[in-house]
Amino acid sequence: MEILSRVHARNLVAWAADKPEVLVLSADLTSSTEIDLFRDTYPDRFFSMGMAEQNMMSFAGGLAREGFLPFVHTFAVFIYRRALDQISMSIAYPNMPVRMFGFLPGITTPGGATHQATDDIAILRALPNMTILETGDATDVESVLDVAHAVNGPVYVRTLRGEIPRLFDKNDPMRFNRARVLSEGSDIALLSSGICTEEAMRATKALAARGVSIQHLHVTTLKPFTDPTVLEAVAKARYGVITMENHTIIGGLGTAVAEVMAEHGLGKRLVRIGLKDTYAHGASRSYLMREYGLDAIALVHEVEKLLGTRLNITEDDLAAVRLEAVHSSAKAEAL
Amino acid sequence: MNSVTTAQPGWQDQARAIARRIRLRVMEHTITNNGGYLSQACSAAEILATLYTKIMKLGPSEAPMIPPPFPGVPSATNTDYFTGVAYNGPKAPELDRFFISPVHYALVLYTTLVEVGRMAPEGLAQFNRDGSTVEMIGAEHSPGHELTAGSLGQCLSQAAGIALARKLKKETGRVWVFMSDGEFQSGQTWEAMQVLSFHQLDNVGIYVDVNMQQCDGAMADVMNIEPLDMKLEAFGARVVKVDGHDVEALAAPAELAPDGRPLVVLAYTNPAQGIPILEERRPKLHYVRFKSEDERNRYRAALADMLGE
Repeated sequence: MEILSRVHARNLVAWAADKPEVLVLSADLTSSTEIDLFRDTYPDRFFSMGMAEQNMMSFAGGLAREGFLPFVHTFAVFIYRRALDQISMSIAYPNMPVRMFGFLPGITTPGGATHQATDDIAILRALPNMTILETGDATDVESVLDVAHAVNGPVYVRTLRGEIPRLFDKNDPMRFNRARVLSEGSDIALLSSGICTEEAMRATKALAARGVSIQHLHVTTLKPFTDPTVLEAVAKARYGVITMENHTIIGGLGTAVAEVMAEHGLGKRLVRIGLKDTYAHGASRSYLMREYGLDAIALVHEVEKLLGTRLNITEDDLAAVRLEAVHSSAKAEAL
Repeated sequence: MNSVTTAQPGWQDQARAIARRIRLRVMEHTITNNGGYLSQACSAAEILATLYTKIMKLGPSEAPMIPPPFPGVPSATNTDYFTGVAYNGPKAPELDRFFISPVHYALVLYTTLVEVGRMAPEGLAQFNRDGSTVEMIGAEHSPGHELTAGSLGQCLSQAAGIALARKLKKETGRVWVFMSDGEFQSGQTWEAMQVLSFHQLDNVGIYVDVNMQQCDGAMADVMNIEPLDMKLEAFGARVVKVDGHDVEALAAPAELAPDGRPLVVLAYTNPAQGIPILEERRPKLHYVRFKSEDERNRYRAALADMLGE
């Protein structure tokens, strides 16, 4: 599997080359949010706003009202926890096309509870006019800019930084409100998002080898949540549905799927893998994924429970899984 | 543009007359409706009158004299949506823009629009009526409003973003913001002052109604903000303190050539100015609701006296 470095940094510079209306705002986390290259390439379009997020959000709303496209960059927590009123009243209410790039989603940071955006989707999903996107690999990070650009209104993007894998074919971009279909099957519908998808892919390989048939969707549009692919996957799942997210199980992907199932009268078991209504603490990502049950083995155990059988999959089996970039089997005509 | 409001000889008398009529109309409205933001009219009448008659370069209103009904909230699909900005004339590179931050002053702004001929007096009858845009706490669809500023402290940051955008577009028109002194208790206001100063947004001019009153009573008892001028100067602002009921003193700072600093005019005002009967209600002046029919009648008598002057 290919591992790439600083994908957003390079991609944003190339993408914004012919878009002079794109302005980047930084809240004192310029290299931490990979906008240092943008700053150096387009110094006239980069604005340092200091560690003052409330002002930055309202300020971005003002820029957007004048026809600019403000790209706000900071850690995800500082966007929605520090400046929720400002996002709501200066950006979301007037439906301003501000793009908010939230870095270090969930437990991807060792910074502890103050730095871990573990309830951002729940909170921002409740805001009218808001679109929420989440990236799970390098291809997502590269293509999310085009997806966001087509949205008439504010967009919040859970963004990955640093060394990130390429799980999906480079030529198979993220699509708005359309999950990537990573495997077809009818025993279990599995919906994963963000960094949980890589873990899920390790597990599904091993599960497939044991004969478990899984419809695996990688979800990148968390709001709106009207993708018919989700409904189709849930409808055919014989044993139940599993969601897997780097977020609290309240208000995020798991809740969105539960709402869809209930509204369509699909009475099936639903297992929500995620933070079980808890804050986390400062530690490595792999440690926290194990501690809070967000990893591949946690998924295997939940599948075993739904099937009512032991599959004898070991940590070694999962570690031996080799991932190659996949092309979504989502039908093009379904667009 | 020949329609730009320009200062005529005697603008001072015009501004004073408009300020007087703002007070009278808000007083009348408060009596009729048994409630209103009356002290805000007393403190801000000259500030708004001077902004609209002398300071701001605005084109004529492009909005209907009678405000249209609420068009629904903004969204990607609401194509009928409009803001109240058209009451302040067209947007043009050389024209100024106006933003009201404490939208609890909406009644005073609507009344100002009536008195300067940008809205029909009948429009004011829609105030606080269900389905109307002439809302009690103004929002961006309300006449004269462009932003949804009711969560106090957010307007200045938005206006700062607009000011930067106007500089990037090389527009020469200025950005005027009307603020209340209570907003200087809020952290976001100081974040905004910081950014105005750092990015040298000297196309922003802020008029602050320093009436020293807030919802709970006198600001000095709720949360002191003084010395406000020194605090603002420390943040890099160009600060001018004036008597907020003196129209010439109010207009003078706007004539200063921009020098890289945001301009802040601290207009010290009396929240009972022109309506002395209000003094009886101190220290709570934020909103007037009559305690009895007797009190309301005494206000009627006071209004009759004012009209007789």
